[in-house]
Amino acid sequence: MIKHTKPSAFYDTFERKGPGQKTTHYCPGCGHGTVHKLIAEAIDEMGIKDQVIFCAPVGCTTLMYFYFDTGNMQCPHGRAPAVATGISRTLDDSIVISYQGDGDLAGIGMSEIVHAANRGEKLTVFFVNNAIYGMTGGQMAPTTLIGQESKTTPFGRDPIRDGMPIRMSELINTLEAPVFVERCSLGTAAGVLKTRKAVKKALMNQKNKKGFSFVEILSPCPINWKMDAIQSRKWLIENLEKFYEVKNFRDKDTSIKGQGRLPFLSDDELLKVLDVTADTSSDDDNNRVDIGEHKVKIAGFGGQGIMSVGVLLANCAKNAGFNSTWLPSYGAEMRGGTAYASVVMSNDIIGTPVVDTPDVLIAMNSPSLDAFENSVTKGGTIIVNSSIVSRKVTRTDVNTYYVPATAMANELGLTATAAVIILAFYAKALGIFGVDILKAVVPISIKNKKYIEANLRAITAGEMFFDDYKK
Amino acid sequence: MKKLMKGNDAVIHGALLGGCTHFFGYPITPASEIAHSAAYYFTKSGRTFLQAESEIAAINMILGSASAGARVMTSSSSPGVALMSECVSYIAGSNVPAVIIDVQRVGPGLGYIWPEQSDYNMVLKGGGHGVYRNIVFAPNSVQEMADFTYKAFEIADKYRMCVFILADAYIGQMMEPVSFPTKILHAKRKDWALYADEQSRHNLVTSLFMEREILSANIDSLLNKYAKVEKEITEFEETSVSDAEHIFIAFGISSRVALTAVRELRKQGIKVGLFRPKTLFPFPNKRLAELASKVKSMMVVELNDGMMANDVELAVKSKLPVRKFNWYGGYVPSVTELVEKTKKSI
Repeated sequence: MIKHTKPSAFYDTFERKGPGQKTTHYCPGCGHGTVHKLIAEAIDEMGIKDQVIFCAPVGCTTLMYFYFDTGNMQCPHGRAPAVATGISRTLDDSIVISYQGDGDLAGIGMSEIVHAANRGEKLTVFFVNNAIYGMTGGQMAPTTLIGQESKTTPFGRDPIRDGMPIRMSELINTLEAPVFVERCSLGTAAGVLKTRKAVKKALMNQKNKKGFSFVEILSPCPINWKMDAIQSRKWLIENLEKFYEVKNFRDKDTSIKGQGRLPFLSDDELLKVLDVTADTSSDDDNNRVDIGEHKVKIAGFGGQGIMSVGVLLANCAKNAGFNSTWLPSYGAEMRGGTAYASVVMSNDIIGTPVVDTPDVLIAMNSPSLDAFENSVTKGGTIIVNSSIVSRKVTRTDVNTYYVPATAMANELGLTATAAVIILAFYAKALGIFGVDILKAVVPISIKNKKYIEANLRAITAGEMFFDDYKK
Repeated sequence: MKKLMKGNDAVIHGALLGGCTHFFGYPITPASEIAHSAAYYFTKSGRTFLQAESEIAAINMILGSASAGARVMTSSSSPGVALMSECVSYIAGSNVPAVIIDVQRVGPGLGYIWPEQSDYNMVLKGGGHGVYRNIVFAPNSVQEMADFTYKAFEIADKYRMCVFILADAYIGQMMEPVSFPTKILHAKRKDWALYADEQSRHNLVTSLFMEREILSANIDSLLNKYAKVEKEITEFEETSVSDAEHIFIAFGISSRVALTAVRELRKQGIKVGLFRPKTLFPFPNKRLAELASKVKSMMVVELNDGMMANDVELAVKSKLPVRKFNWYGGYVPSVTELVEKTKKSI
């Protein structure tokens, strides 16, 4: 039975109205007041007033927070299901209601409603469909019927000009996750009673943490339909209910299954997961040599391990007590020609991490030598992967080394370690940090643990090649 | 011991240590590593990570989650931040705290994924509609990516404002050694937020005010808050400024190039310094006005068409020449380029 007393989920007076504090701002004959009352009654019956948070849309019900004595939230146009998702994912025991109209839900907010439903968010959506934009003054809605006149369909909605009306309950019913989908109508008293049941069922589903419930309610808008209250009910039954079938589409007991949120880690556990410990390193490390600023560019094909060798180098510099930076080239240039990593190490705070004039160039392929040979600083060093680069360095004002790294790496059985061989060679040749530091860094820099051994062998190979090279 | 990390990864460490419990985001280069890192660490630690269907949905989830009292964040890059701008205005109007990392890339339109600093106006001057401001930190190192994000949540909660970390593709993509605090911060209960309980039942989070007096009073209170923020949290850094005749003014990656240029120019006997705003709102107007009577010129180095230079000009009120050294389209100037340009200008 419809009750005639005011549910306690409503405020006693509606502050915005001044003199008319017992009434709402809705137009005569509008369905929103009825829907509000059905929801307020259900909230009362379930005793969930404290848990409820309403997400008000943009539309005629933007002001619903004047009426509901619950938590209230006003959302941007169409976004209520996303806002509600944020709330629901934050407050496990909340009952979050997204109350939306047809323009809000099926027009501007189509994306948000579909994805919230598809994720099976623990929400209750009340979708009031009156086939017209109410608050903005009677424009076409996505649900406006063919032939229906509105401010923006003055000659009636035309399928070619304006597109077809859209059936939201049917659309939502194509998704796996929702537990409850029903279309109701306020056309008759019997319809209102059925709506009442659906409203309560949807809220119960959320209280029982079942998942996503969607209740569409066909509702009259006499003012914008340009009818009186009686006519509008008749028109609703004869037209809206014909196109939008009133029925229950789905009533399931369970939603999708999965792992869900993992246990919340304590502060100590979180620190462990992040591997964060107090920083005890000091800046005045007496062991490190004075290198000023030392800039290295490692260049080659994508797939030659250029980036990860750069990370190895930057890690070595860090562990040797220097400041260091690593900067990748990225984007389209990685897909052909030359990809490069820039590494800067310094006793001082490092300015630009961009290496335009490297002190050392490691050229793993020909395009890299061609591109960067001339940029190396005078007196600098070029180390060439001579397995792949057939030409010699033409500059005479730099130190040059030729290391057949790819061939050596193939011999070791892991081609990708070619750049590591050169890095070991570099460590020996430049003497900024010892090969022991490089070896110590490998296990923390190489992500795939099964390659650690091969990389350590590559370092030894590079080291030995340098010792022979000197002879 | 310091860890070698990407700026984009350091952000998530900083966020979790800063008490952030909810991440809602959408992938975009060059900010995606932030989402990757969040997907791993937020999920593993029992916090919430959700990949939204769009940037629009993500920022609205932020609005909801922040309104429910959580410390929340998202990350994106320029076109994605543009999409979020509508809701950033709602966040400001509703006095809700949030943290957004913007790893800037080249525009307009799809532009490309290289660095630029052309979100300056969008993030500082609006983006969304209405009278509002965001607090904007401009990190220029991986360490600052971590540090600013760590404290962003406290600041956002304190002022109930949106805090931006305005990085760029290079600061996000580069790796540097970084250390982290070992004290984990936590959100306190907020008397305005919605907790789905009796105590908070009468709370309303809204930016809609249908009476002129209330609406203008809300804007007044925002402006008062912004004035307070200007007084309380302005941050900047000066390098070789005390005896400088000319100073660079730069933030983010530009300030790193300028720092090397300062050293290079000083080697050549030219007395330049570097003034680096760490906060862009609040902008260090006062200090710039002081410096205006101490140096001969200011050279604003930016990866855009002079957006911050306009603010510098306002701060120094035509007391001295403000030169615009601009690069855009994905270019980061070499030190040589900046040194040559400086020598020609002064």
